[in-house]
Amino acid sequence: MPHALTRSLDRSATLFLIVVAACGVLIPLSNLLLPAGSLFQVPTYLVALFGKYACYAVLALSIDLIWGYCGILSLGHGAFFALGGYAMGMYLMRQIGTRGVYGNPILPDFMVFLNYPKLPWYWHGFDMFWFAALMVVLVPGLLAFCFGWLAFRSRVTGVYLSIITQAMTYALLLAFFRNDFGFGGNNGLTDFKDILGFNVQADGTRAALFALSCLAIVIAFLICRAVVTSKLGKVLIAVRDAESRTRFLGYRVESYKLFVFTLSACMAGVAGALYVPQVGIINPSEFAPGNSIEAVIWVAVGGRGTLIGAALGAVVVNYAKTYFTSGPLAPYWLFMLGAMFILVTLLLPKGIVGTFNSWWEPLKANRLTANTEGAVAEDGVSEPHMAE
Amino acid sequence: MSNPPHYYFCRGRPVVANVFDRFHSLVLSVFLIVALTVPAFAGAFEDSVAKFANDDFSDTDEAIGEVAASGNALAFPIISALQDGRLSADPDSKKVYVTQDDGKVIDAATGAAVDKLPDNAAAVRLNNRLRRTVEAALGSLTLLSPDPARRIAAAQSVFKAHEESALPIIEGALAKETNKAVKAAFAEARAAILLNKSDASDTDKLEAVATIKARGDQEALALLTSLSGQPPLVASAITGAIASIQSRLAVWSAVQNGWYGLSLGSVLLLAAIGLAITFGVMGVINMAHGEMVMLGAYTTFVVQEVIRTSYPGLFDYSLLIAVPLAFLVAGAIGVVIERTIIRFLYGRPLETLLATWGLSLVLQQAVRTAFGPTNREVGNPSWMSGAFEFGQITITYNRLWILCFTLAVFAILLAMLRYTALGLEMRAVTQNRRMAASMGIATSRVDALTFGLGSGIAGIAGVALSQIDNVSPNLGQSYIIDSFMVVVFGGVGNLWGTLVGAFTLGIANKFLEPVAGAVLGKIAILVLIILFIQKRPRGLFALKGRAVEA
Repeated sequence: MPHALTRSLDRSATLFLIVVAACGVLIPLSNLLLPAGSLFQVPTYLVALFGKYACYAVLALSIDLIWGYCGILSLGHGAFFALGGYAMGMYLMRQIGTRGVYGNPILPDFMVFLNYPKLPWYWHGFDMFWFAALMVVLVPGLLAFCFGWLAFRSRVTGVYLSIITQAMTYALLLAFFRNDFGFGGNNGLTDFKDILGFNVQADGTRAALFALSCLAIVIAFLICRAVVTSKLGKVLIAVRDAESRTRFLGYRVESYKLFVFTLSACMAGVAGALYVPQVGIINPSEFAPGNSIEAVIWVAVGGRGTLIGAALGAVVVNYAKTYFTSGPLAPYWLFMLGAMFILVTLLLPKGIVGTFNSWWEPLKANRLTANTEGAVAEDGVSEPHMAE
Repeated sequence: MSNPPHYYFCRGRPVVANVFDRFHSLVLSVFLIVALTVPAFAGAFEDSVAKFANDDFSDTDEAIGEVAASGNALAFPIISALQDGRLSADPDSKKVYVTQDDGKVIDAATGAAVDKLPDNAAAVRLNNRLRRTVEAALGSLTLLSPDPARRIAAAQSVFKAHEESALPIIEGALAKETNKAVKAAFAEARAAILLNKSDASDTDKLEAVATIKARGDQEALALLTSLSGQPPLVASAITGAIASIQSRLAVWSAVQNGWYGLSLGSVLLLAAIGLAITFGVMGVINMAHGEMVMLGAYTTFVVQEVIRTSYPGLFDYSLLIAVPLAFLVAGAIGVVIERTIIRFLYGRPLETLLATWGLSLVLQQAVRTAFGPTNREVGNPSWMSGAFEFGQITITYNRLWILCFTLAVFAILLAMLRYTALGLEMRAVTQNRRMAASMGIATSRVDALTFGLGSGIAGIAGVALSQIDNVSPNLGQSYIIDSFMVVVFGGVGNLWGTLVGAFTLGIANKFLEPVAGAVLGKIAILVLIILFIQKRPRGLFALKGRAVEA
């Protein structure tokens, strides 16, 4: 494993990890230790906002893993994100206990309201954190495994796959909107009180959740790097660039795709689980197909197939969204988002990081050859070529 | 198109009132029979009418009975005026007046026009009991109304109420009736009464069961199942009739689901048919397709607004004007999109998908800014509103027109691809771009026109969908996933596949709905399509070829 780690980390990846880790440590510390109103104190609302971005960054990493390195464009990754979120939301609902409006020790408020006689079977066990945490990974993973197993085995590829993933999240959207589905219907799950005994509204909890989200970025990034720099990663890139050729070379393409798709769904689930306690609500609109497509554009903006770019894109686009939708420019946000989709695909197909690399790499290469004759090129992943 | 039925007999009222009504109706019918045979005296009619002016409920009651029985042509206007509170009486002169719908006033006793109501004239008052008497009187009067539709409606209400007291009137009316449809309705009403009459002979009852079995709808079923205490022979006939009606109703409910399915399928086809060109023929994923539909709907809205403000007489032609305009608007925008965005993305389907999604956001927001976020009112022209009965199901004209329109658009498109030069070029370019270019076809021009055609057809779809759906900036979004499902299910690159796909999905959806509910039905369809694509990744009617990757 140490070997896998050192191999997977080139200079920019290390830099990225250091920046994320520094944010994850410094922002909570500044929020908690410095006096309120001080110049360097990060207010709590910003901590919560950054925490949200961090979760989006994990989601973006999971999408980049399959889209950037395996060519699977999933327009339904929001579904895995939301499923992870619902699993965490169910745990948080069970923690409310008698503090709900109806004071029922077992049933969450909406079930009392909808006259549920007893807890539905699939809600059992969610009062234990370890079980909920397991489900956060297991449920999205299982759905992705079944879905991917069916889709990849029958060689549904390209836009067809994109469209049926969209249909999948749309079907889940419709299902979760139903009251009798047992997940709170339209209103979803909200009014959370405690997580592991800590108040979800408290500054300390928010800071800890933010730090955890940064940790999630680090871990997700390391996993992705480990996958894409391994031999498995080379095969994935081969699948992305020439699927049939890879198959003819004797690789079982569908197994590789299935593995990476399931892994990616699990990561998206974790992102959703961290997201829910920080925003305080999970409802069916998270399944909306538009959300999943928006997540794809984060990756496209940041740079497909660069991992760092995906995380960066998620933060940049969402910061822009917060900035514009809260100001007088709010009516124009959709114009901007739409224009971003169009301009990035037309003018910046490699995204921010990819474009930067394509300027920087030749310079670096020149310097290297000038300075150290015959130096060994850094071990890393080749820049992805856009699949034609 | 049927009139609302006149319920003029008992509907779950206290028994006392019921008995009284029966008695009263009996009196009334005796009067009516007399009226049918003996011409009433004019003086008697005037006296009866004058009783309305006494402001006494029992006098009013008598007056209703006498006027209804008089056979006078004024009887119907008077009693219906009484029902609507348009009958006024002057307590001093004992004169009674009817205020007609157009505001003119006539003397109730003579029918002579009066300039205006006297100042002290007050509306004749009614209480609940009298209101029922009025309804009953109106019902009987309408049995003899000159308008056949009225007579049928009256017979319907007799059928539902099946009061024994109405039997003589029905039989009298039946004997005189010449209109076939009305005669059948009278016969059914008579049968309903006979079946509920305890002392009717078995032969009469058996005949009645046969009549009602022939009627065979939900009401007939309700009537037959409500019967009890019949003689054994009749009872077994009734059981047989119930079974036969039930099986017939099951068939009709299947027919109805089929019709709803066809209707939904035509909507799906309309929304998907443009996509079948852009996605199916060109291979371009146009996520902004739904927005083209929306633009078509808004074009219809603008056309109707202009017509409303400037040329109100043209309203019935608004859709005919909107269809070519919507085609041009959406088609022109489509050509612009193709020239400025899509042509740079050929061969990169995933990027095309993202760019057109962005475009759809921009278009939606543009329409939201221009027309506001709320629903816009688009009216139905007169020839598209209303409905007609077909057997036991009701078919609305707008759904029927949309089905015909969809099929027409489909046929025209098919013919265009098959017989015109542009269609030939389109097929050539999609089959082998480089070869087509070598043959001198300007491929980029054909691309732009093909995309424009697909978008224009989406615009036309918007005109039709504006008639049955809310015209809002989100109109397109609700169709985009369904449209893709249809095209993917039917098979890419094949218009016939789209046709079959749309109607299959529509009908399957409507047959699942009664079983699973609307939302679960839709989810089930989505899941089934996802599973179907596993089985046939290229859809129902896949193009055959030897390429490893399309």
